[in-house]
Amino acid sequence: MAQMNAIQRALDSDIWYSFTRSPITVASAIVALICVGGAVLAPWIAPHNPFDLASLQLMDAFKPPAWEADGDPNYLLGTDDQGRDVLSAIMYGARVSLLVGFCAVLLSVSIGITAGLAAGYMGGTVDAVLMRIADIKLTFPTILIALLIDGVVRAALPREVHDQIALYVVIFAIGISNWPSFARTVRGSTLVERNKEYVQAARVIGLSRARIMVTHVLPNVLGPVLVIATLNLGFAVLAEATLSFLGVGVPPTQPSLGTLIRIGNDFLFSGEWWITIFPGIALILLVLSVNLLGDWLRDALNPKLR
Amino acid sequence: MRDPIGTPMLETINVARHFDVSRPLVQRVLAREGRRSLKAVDGISFAIEKGTTLSLVGESGCGKSTVARLVVGLYGPTFGSVIFDGQDLSQARADSSQRRRMQMIFQDPYASLNPRWRVRDIIAEPIRAFGLMKDKAEIGAKVAELLTQVGLSPLDGQKFPHEFSGGQRQRISIARALSSNPEFLVCDEPTSALDVSVQAQILNLMKDLQQRLGLTYLFISHNLAVVRQVSDRVGVMYLGRLVELAPAETLFTTARHPYTRALMEAIPDLEMTGRQRIPVGGEVPSPINPPSGCPFHPRCPLADARCKAERPEMIPARGTPETMVACHAVEEGRDRVGEPLVAAGG
Amino acid sequence: MTAPLLEVRNLRVEFPTRRGTLVALNDVSFSIAQGEVLGVVGESGAGKSMTGAAIIGLLEPPGRIAGGEILLNGRRIDNLPYSELRKLRGREIGAIFQDPLTTLNPLYTVGAQLIETMVTHLPLNPAQARAKAIEWLELVGIPAASQRIDSYPHEFSGGMRQRVVIALALCAEPKLIVADEPTTALDVSIQAQVIALLKSLAREKGTSMMLVTHDMGVIAETADRVAVMYAGRIVEIGAVRNVVRHASHPYSAGLMGSIPPVGRRLDRMQQIDGSMPRLSAIPPGCAYNPRCPKVFDRCRVERPELMPAGDSLAACWLYAEGAPRHA
Repeated sequence: MAQMNAIQRALDSDIWYSFTRSPITVASAIVALICVGGAVLAPWIAPHNPFDLASLQLMDAFKPPAWEADGDPNYLLGTDDQGRDVLSAIMYGARVSLLVGFCAVLLSVSIGITAGLAAGYMGGTVDAVLMRIADIKLTFPTILIALLIDGVVRAALPREVHDQIALYVVIFAIGISNWPSFARTVRGSTLVERNKEYVQAARVIGLSRARIMVTHVLPNVLGPVLVIATLNLGFAVLAEATLSFLGVGVPPTQPSLGTLIRIGNDFLFSGEWWITIFPGIALILLVLSVNLLGDWLRDALNPKLR
Repeated sequence: MRDPIGTPMLETINVARHFDVSRPLVQRVLAREGRRSLKAVDGISFAIEKGTTLSLVGESGCGKSTVARLVVGLYGPTFGSVIFDGQDLSQARADSSQRRRMQMIFQDPYASLNPRWRVRDIIAEPIRAFGLMKDKAEIGAKVAELLTQVGLSPLDGQKFPHEFSGGQRQRISIARALSSNPEFLVCDEPTSALDVSVQAQILNLMKDLQQRLGLTYLFISHNLAVVRQVSDRVGVMYLGRLVELAPAETLFTTARHPYTRALMEAIPDLEMTGRQRIPVGGEVPSPINPPSGCPFHPRCPLADARCKAERPEMIPARGTPETMVACHAVEEGRDRVGEPLVAAGG
Repeated sequence: MTAPLLEVRNLRVEFPTRRGTLVALNDVSFSIAQGEVLGVVGESGAGKSMTGAAIIGLLEPPGRIAGGEILLNGRRIDNLPYSELRKLRGREIGAIFQDPLTTLNPLYTVGAQLIETMVTHLPLNPAQARAKAIEWLELVGIPAASQRIDSYPHEFSGGMRQRVVIALALCAEPKLIVADEPTTALDVSIQAQVIALLKSLAREKGTSMMLVTHDMGVIAETADRVAVMYAGRIVEIGAVRNVVRHASHPYSAGLMGSIPPVGRRLDRMQQIDGSMPRLSAIPPGCAYNPRCPKVFDRCRVERPELMPAGDSLAACWLYAEGAPRHA
């Protein structure tokens, strides 16, 4: 009963209403859902397992997409140089890309919220120090930091260890470079909320600063964080693709969309365009749909734009 | 000078709060200026007898809300002290069994309730924070009782604040304040954001609660008519200082300080007696650069050389000794009681 | 009596929302004579500000005029195209809002804004307009007007800023001023100054004024007639003395009664129980019936129109034939 009410309330809410009224948003949501669904469910719904070496047939290498003259209906989007199904590789690749993206954003959000809440609520020296660190952080491009971290880790660890933890290194490198945008937003909202009377009421009761920050301020600053997190997911996926394209991202044993594009890139001029173009399209669709959803969310949550 | 009354629930002794409003260091050095401080509250003393209401009135910027926040400990005093039931406030605040005895009702019913919390959690927060009850059912019963006490339905507890009108929200705010069984409530302009018909509801409710629960109120307001209805004693503030402190009836029948008299003059006349108002001239000066001597002298029709040079202290007024007033003119007997004051520069 | 300067007939303002259309103003009719001050009072959400906004053509979308007409000097102004409306605003209707900062452009000096308004609407060249602007600033009581004319809005205090806004509203010599809570943001002592100023200027120039406020004291001192609004309708309209001292409609009576008197202490203030209904839940019949102490059967089913009640007009069945005799 209570659950029924919750669902009704959600369907009745202004957010849902603005969602249904925006065709682009609905389309983006469908595309994003297909991308994410395909990625998450890849092991069960992908037509082939591109990592099962036993099933790979070198005979099937360089097959063009199914609708081309030499196409094979078994391989809808063709195969690569080792006879791997491009569609399946994309699905598995998107899995890695999204995993890195989600985890990196989660890391950024955690650091950003903590720093932003502390800076905004405590003010003074804490605020000054945290925000100067964020400013300095913002002067370095994401890719540069990621390259730096990757380089340091590579130099410090033996190769096999590095390959094992490469995924985490990428997540850390991307996550660590995006937190300032979260911190600044949270700090701004916190400064506003901090002076509202409900926070003063909590202070009169004598609650600790940490408790007020978490139970009172935090729920009221999460709206903008959700928006930036969505937009940042797109950035994070792109950053990972860039790193993998440069060869410093995830190990080739776990190819992401970026890795697939890099591998395919070698064959672009020899005529096997599908090996790189399809992962590219998948990447564009994923990032674009997520960003459009983020834009819509921003407008829907901002009462001034409604 | 201490305020002479019976057993005080709360007493402030020469309490002050200054805010640093200096510009950032670099700009200050470039402009070659020193630190600047805003004396929001600049040494005021009053006491509130148990079970009574003391109101502080004044225009915006006079420091009355800062006093409210000093009294509940949201700000610490720059100097002076606040005594709560015989104990220094800083000690009382450290002890949660003392802290629960004072609560605050805020001005803006739209900002004083956390929009993400259900009403029952908002009201129960002090109960949980002070550990007054542990049992869930017991807390639920107490919340229902509080909601009924302020004229709402126990079923309202599961709603969110945005589902209520301004007056209903102020009732929720009162229920929250009462949930820790306090003896002393600080009310910071509790009705100024409400419509007049709702204002009457809330003021009646507050009066009822005071009678029933024996509460002591510090009531902050800019509305003299409201203050008249609720107060036992009234303090008038101007630029961070008390200029007059008197029993309510005395203040409203024989206001002594020229500023109090000007405020009374400025109230629109609803009885439509055809009385012409004489507005007080000028505006409240900036508290960063308050005038020398008596802060009211630039607007005061009775000001003379002494008022410009020497700051008057609060002393019993000639003729109405129950009134404490800070005015040289009153002290010297040149305040022309009973005649209208002609405002300067108006 | 000559034709009224402003006439509002059966004005209806609607807000289409996805949950249905909200009727914010319903069947609002009144007129303002030349040189007359009409006060409009009511609780927040009663529609008093919206009435003012509809007259100056500044309804916030999606709000729109869905019926009725507004006539200024016998000419319809509710259906004018935007360009015509802009000429009208300033020249014929001046507006004063609660927050002076929304009226003044922070990027221009107050002089520049006064001069622009006058040059646009009056046959003056900039030099003449500047001289006139200084005159206006002096008139509204700004000291050292000839120097202050080149100051920016933020360099004035709140009270002074509202004086500048009054000068700006009056400088093109409009025939009607719509003042929406002109003193609410000001301190009591400043309020009195601003009210006195508005009153004397309107009298001097023979300007009509629609004064929207929730402050009955301001109305009692300033207005000639007063309209009391409740839930989007006028419930009573009449001479200010009659309405303030002998309100006919039970709501007006309750409203007047709940104003705390400064002259004496009451044991218990008169209050109206409950609160005004939301626009989406206006009860059938008289909108006030659930809160009304004198309610009877007819009030719950049939909506009363304005009808003579003593010397005023009130929308209340107590004044119809066959009403119970406790009126």
